[in-house]
Amino acid sequence: MPGATVIEAVRVTLEEVMGQDDRVFIIGEDVEAGGVFRATEGLAAKYPGRVIDSPLAESSIIGISVGAAHYGMKPVAEIQFADFIHAGFDQLCSEASRWCYRTRGEAHLPMVVRTPWGGGVHGGQHHSQSIEAYYTHLPGLKVIAPSFPADYRSLLKAAIADPNPVLFLEHKRTYRMVRQDLATEPGESRIGRARVTRRGDDLTIYAYGLMLHESLAAAETLSRDGIECTVVDLLTLLPLDLETILEAARAPGKVLVVHEDTLTGGFGGEIAALVAEHAFEYLDAPVRRLAAPDVPAMPYHHNLESFFMPDREKIARAARELAAY
Amino acid sequence: MATVTMPQLGESVTEGTILSWLKQPGDPVHLDDPLCEIETEKVTAELPSPLEGTMGEILVSEGETVLVGAPLCEIAEGTAAGGPAPARAGGGWSGGPMAIPPEESGTSSDEVAGAVAAHGGAPGPAAVQPVAVAERILRSPDDRSRFYSPAVLRLASERGVDLAGVEGTGVAGRVTRKDVERFLATGPAVSAAPAAASERVTTPAVAAARGEPATGFETVQLTATRRTIAENMARSNREAPQAWTMVEADVTGLVRRRERERERFESEEGESLTLLPYFTTAVCETLREFPMLNARWEGEELRRYHAFHLGIAVATETGLVVPVVHDAGDLSVTGLARRIADLARRAHSRKLRVEDVEGGTFTVNNTGSFGSIASKPIVNYPQVAIVSMERAVRRPIVVADDAIAVRWMMNVCLSFDHRALDGQEAGGFLAALKGRLEAIG
Repeated sequence: MPGATVIEAVRVTLEEVMGQDDRVFIIGEDVEAGGVFRATEGLAAKYPGRVIDSPLAESSIIGISVGAAHYGMKPVAEIQFADFIHAGFDQLCSEASRWCYRTRGEAHLPMVVRTPWGGGVHGGQHHSQSIEAYYTHLPGLKVIAPSFPADYRSLLKAAIADPNPVLFLEHKRTYRMVRQDLATEPGESRIGRARVTRRGDDLTIYAYGLMLHESLAAAETLSRDGIECTVVDLLTLLPLDLETILEAARAPGKVLVVHEDTLTGGFGGEIAALVAEHAFEYLDAPVRRLAAPDVPAMPYHHNLESFFMPDREKIARAARELAAY
Repeated sequence: MATVTMPQLGESVTEGTILSWLKQPGDPVHLDDPLCEIETEKVTAELPSPLEGTMGEILVSEGETVLVGAPLCEIAEGTAAGGPAPARAGGGWSGGPMAIPPEESGTSSDEVAGAVAAHGGAPGPAAVQPVAVAERILRSPDDRSRFYSPAVLRLASERGVDLAGVEGTGVAGRVTRKDVERFLATGPAVSAAPAAASERVTTPAVAAARGEPATGFETVQLTATRRTIAENMARSNREAPQAWTMVEADVTGLVRRRERERERFESEEGESLTLLPYFTTAVCETLREFPMLNARWEGEELRRYHAFHLGIAVATETGLVVPVVHDAGDLSVTGLARRIADLARRAHSRKLRVEDVEGGTFTVNNTGSFGSIASKPIVNYPQVAIVSMERAVRRPIVVADDAIAVRWMMNVCLSFDHRALDGQEAGGFLAALKGRLEAIG
């Protein structure tokens, strides 16, 4: 098959960056053996001593990264599943995200925390979470959630080059789902830029990760029935690309925000609020959100998982209703 | 008859083996009844039925391994014979997409959780939480023909549309933005209201909304040059917050000097002598004093250049090009005149090389050649400033001792990227440039 998958894009980028900068090292659970998703496969052999297995303790993985970054290293931490990252929340929130601020810009923490997130793989409660809502509430952190392999590559590079901490979210369902030719697709290399992936005049869909692919599939189906969607790939969740978000909302005046995290307090509320606040006079319908129901965790059961997760059919139905309004 | 396929039971799992069938053709099947046992390299799991009905044909026999997505069996949909249909959760709502019916707007998250747990996930509603007000708005059967959205009101006021005359095709007769646009394109004459519309023209319908006819136009194919110009201009406007300022210079001395030197220059060089080379020399000298304007905004850093590579905007038949006079600071007026003439000639005959248009650090725009007396140039991104030299015109002005004199006056306009520098430096630059221009003579 032509092109690289998401996981291959991540792996070649890590390999390349480690070759260019010997301050870059990897720390995480089982990373020496390649990690559960094989993102670090072969790197321990190629860069001896720079791919470090950690204990099963996320607070120490992130804490060690904070310390190493403070002393001039460029750690790329891997949290095996995003579900486990909360054990390191205090390190990310109270230390990493505020380091630059509390030193009045004198000290920086050039660190990246990579982690696979999201459902759709029968991962159940402990291997399916969407965590972006907690971490986008931390000014001082950057949060990136790409959808296509080329963007994974260019934005992971940008994240490692960034002088301040970046949380890099990798949707595990898409790891081997999409391919792109990395030689010809440059990808978005600027943190904080969204991309209009498709243009249509009837409504605008905002999404990221797996939901971006589901939204594009829904848009394709809808187009056959004469409903044309603009689809925005948010790419970076913090800081948000307000200009692109608003520009995309204005012409259609109907907006659907999709995410697979649960609804209340979910990240979609931020997009909805921005559109309502800054594009009010352009709105031709209530701003809509499509998200998972407010249920404590992703169910494992096949039917329940499908029920829980938004998908192309649910997106298409919500979009049809909005278009008809 | 619906087909049940092999689910993906884990990331990177690509196939599964049927261990045993738990239903046989003809058996009644309830929602969530286990249909078969599947073994993969990661897990062994029962496959719950996504539907209710009667078991149809089994397509994969026990012990067989098939890829994810392969058809496993068929189920005839309907009420399962021989047993009560399971109660649907959520009070029997069959719900559209985001359905929680208005009367259930008080549904608590516990109830929804229970509903999800009990529901078993019939293909259908994605239970978006109680956003009851929006739901009511979207679904209310009440007449909405007189409810106008912000977009509709804005469009109507900009285009002077009487909304009472617009037919609504939205929910419950609501007038949509598209209805107004359609009305403007095809409907009765619109009273010409002062249009403040600022949106892009994207479709004939939208074009019509601007008061342009929907037919009777020709489409102009964009050339590569046009596209590049469009992209660069839009990028500059989008990314660089641009401020603008202008000074007026008395260039009587300059005009006279040009007149004095013109004949000799033209006979020696075979080129006409314009004010541009003098102006460009003055710009270089002033940039030496204000190096912050001789810079490029490169991502996260600002680069100030030691050499002066001046872009000179040239209007050609196919569009604007900006060839660069490299190391302009090292050239005399004659040298500059020669180089500018050469670049302009090659720009018109489309013979510029890549290096002729790259690496500029500042741009000079000779808008005076169009007769303009004031202009607001767009910064040549990623450079941080652009100056335009306007037409020198004879005007009566007040000179020393309140006397009125006729002088050659020229406006000099500057746009700059306010991220890179402030009014103090920009203003200082212009004032110094004005001083230099006025000192020539």
